[in-house]
Amino acid sequence: MADQLSAVELEKIEAHIAVHQGMPGGLLPLLHAIQDDVGYVPEASYPLISKALALSVAEVHGFVTFYHHFRTQPVGDHVLQVCRAESCQAMGSEKLEADIKAKLGIDYHETTTDGKVTLLPVYCLGNCASSPAVMMDCDVYGRVDMVKIAELVSE
Amino acid sequence: MVKVFIPRDSTALSLGANSTAKAIQTEAEKRGVELTIIRNGSRGLFWIEPMVEVETSKGRVAYAPVKPKDVDSLFDADFINGGDHILSLGLTEEMPYLKNQQRLTFARAGITDPVSLEDYITHDGYKGLKNALAMTQKDIVKTVTDSGLRGRGGAGFPTGIKWNTVLGAVGEQKYIVCNADEGDSGTYSDRMVMEDDPYVLIEGMTIAGLAVGATQGYIYLRSEYPHALHILNEAIAKANADGYLGDDICGSGQSFQMEVRRAAGAYVCGEETSLLESLEGKRGLVRFKPPLPAIEGLFGKPTIVNNVISLATIPIILDKGAKYYADYGMGRSRGTLPIQLAGNIKQGGLVELAFGVTLRELLYDYGGGSASGRPIRAVQVGGPLGAYLPESQFDTPVDYESFQKLWAVLGHGGIVAFDDTVDMAKMARYAFEFCSIESCGKCTPCRIGATRGVEVMDKITSGTEHTKNIQVLRDLSSTMLNGSLCALGGMTPYPVISALNHFGEDFGLGVNEKEGVA
Repeated sequence: MADQLSAVELEKIEAHIAVHQGMPGGLLPLLHAIQDDVGYVPEASYPLISKALALSVAEVHGFVTFYHHFRTQPVGDHVLQVCRAESCQAMGSEKLEADIKAKLGIDYHETTTDGKVTLLPVYCLGNCASSPAVMMDCDVYGRVDMVKIAELVSE
Repeated sequence: MVKVFIPRDSTALSLGANSTAKAIQTEAEKRGVELTIIRNGSRGLFWIEPMVEVETSKGRVAYAPVKPKDVDSLFDADFINGGDHILSLGLTEEMPYLKNQQRLTFARAGITDPVSLEDYITHDGYKGLKNALAMTQKDIVKTVTDSGLRGRGGAGFPTGIKWNTVLGAVGEQKYIVCNADEGDSGTYSDRMVMEDDPYVLIEGMTIAGLAVGATQGYIYLRSEYPHALHILNEAIAKANADGYLGDDICGSGQSFQMEVRRAAGAYVCGEETSLLESLEGKRGLVRFKPPLPAIEGLFGKPTIVNNVISLATIPIILDKGAKYYADYGMGRSRGTLPIQLAGNIKQGGLVELAFGVTLRELLYDYGGGSASGRPIRAVQVGGPLGAYLPESQFDTPVDYESFQKLWAVLGHGGIVAFDDTVDMAKMARYAFEFCSIESCGKCTPCRIGATRGVEVMDKITSGTEHTKNIQVLRDLSSTMLNGSLCALGGMTPYPVISALNHFGEDFGLGVNEKEGVA
């Protein structure tokens, strides 16, 4: 059974539902709005969403879990995405990935024990002329090495 | 006041353009020097970003790459008057990398402030729309058809024919959908249009709307492009405020509205029917075709689904005419292709040229060879579903048909270079792995085949029943190629089998064991 929503979360989610309810194809922008605001899409919000958008809970669940971007658990203070695609591989991203995992002591889809950084794989950031690339929250970094990673993580 | 240009493109930012801008601003204030900093788009010379330009009486002068530590000495060298400095590259437009290009779609990129509508109009923007407003719908579509423009997303389908189908389709509501889910590794030209010259895409979509009678446009933008999202939204708001979008476009009484919808990280949603499902608020499962989206597309209504580059090329075609555009290119590939040099390449960046340029010219004359200094062993053209080409094929001209003859694709024009340290069996395994992560799961060859492919590759590289498993690899690839519903499963065999055929030694094959295509 999913954890219950806090009063604050409930208020936020209901407000986003009100905005997106009548919008054609509104489920996608609604989930973005919820995740941007709450940090993730709580499973406890599915019944509210399904009722407002006339979908089944299973449809909402199927939608959320289909897309890599949406998550159903909270993440750390910062999200570090490391590009695994071909262009970055051609510039040594495989070693970079291994070094980052070793430095943070976590694997992909995990959060450091201090709750600061969540590590995610990503398949292309469109920064392929400056590989390897990573994205920390909303900022992209190019020609990344472990010196840069240390700088990003310490900040 | 002196104008200093510092790009705000994602790649420039990823290499420190904001710190450079801040350092220049601070130093100017400290020295009491008056200057205006303009955050322009990027020219696409990414290996030397951040590239700072200064407007002089002779034209813009470039300095690159400029780090905060260089700023002090740049002021000492009087760079704001084009003074000589170790980072000086002379007049920007005279740099061979840029001068030898044929920039049509990217005519303004890096020159203008991307969100300035005034800048856009000063640099020939909205001329295409003005012409289109005076034309019949049929004539607009005919101009696009006559230009020879083919879908730049990868499929290469003639854009005019698609538009004509939507024009002829009956429906009280039609849609223009821009596919901006640029997920192919090695590509970034869509991102550059949206960040560096967003109005050209807005204008292209507006013309498409007028041409087929669609009043609503959606840009389906990948979530990995947050800067593009902000820039597009700002540009759309300004275009609305100035009457270039909305209920009365340029006083014509015609209506076109636009909205950006963020995607959510599913590669398969770059496939047009999967994209439409996603826009409708459903899982991105690929649809059966027919019906074509041109007949039954978004919410079941006639819909044009075009790639960013296709739509961003419409304004220049409507401005200068079909013949002007069609005079570039070779064979059935007319016009120009914005090519993106990526991966292990010394001078990575955007190179827009007429079709016909060879891979070798791109890799060496523009790219300057590999970044590592080692020989380039393979290139992957056209994203993760594109074939790997060996050095013996580098003289192939960039042309849809020439690539087809090699059992390769041009795709979206991305070229990823690999040096001789690459393990091609590993790249083949990765192709399957990527397909298994991104498969929508609707058809069996893709859903199951991708996972089996990873397993077969592991058996091959570990030497388990080697000969047998090479045959299994070919059989599996053949099944995926012929039995998948869309290009994800259907083209994953391209990188796999091309790697096997051209680089068999990495798969443990002797010289005489290489075979033909799947």
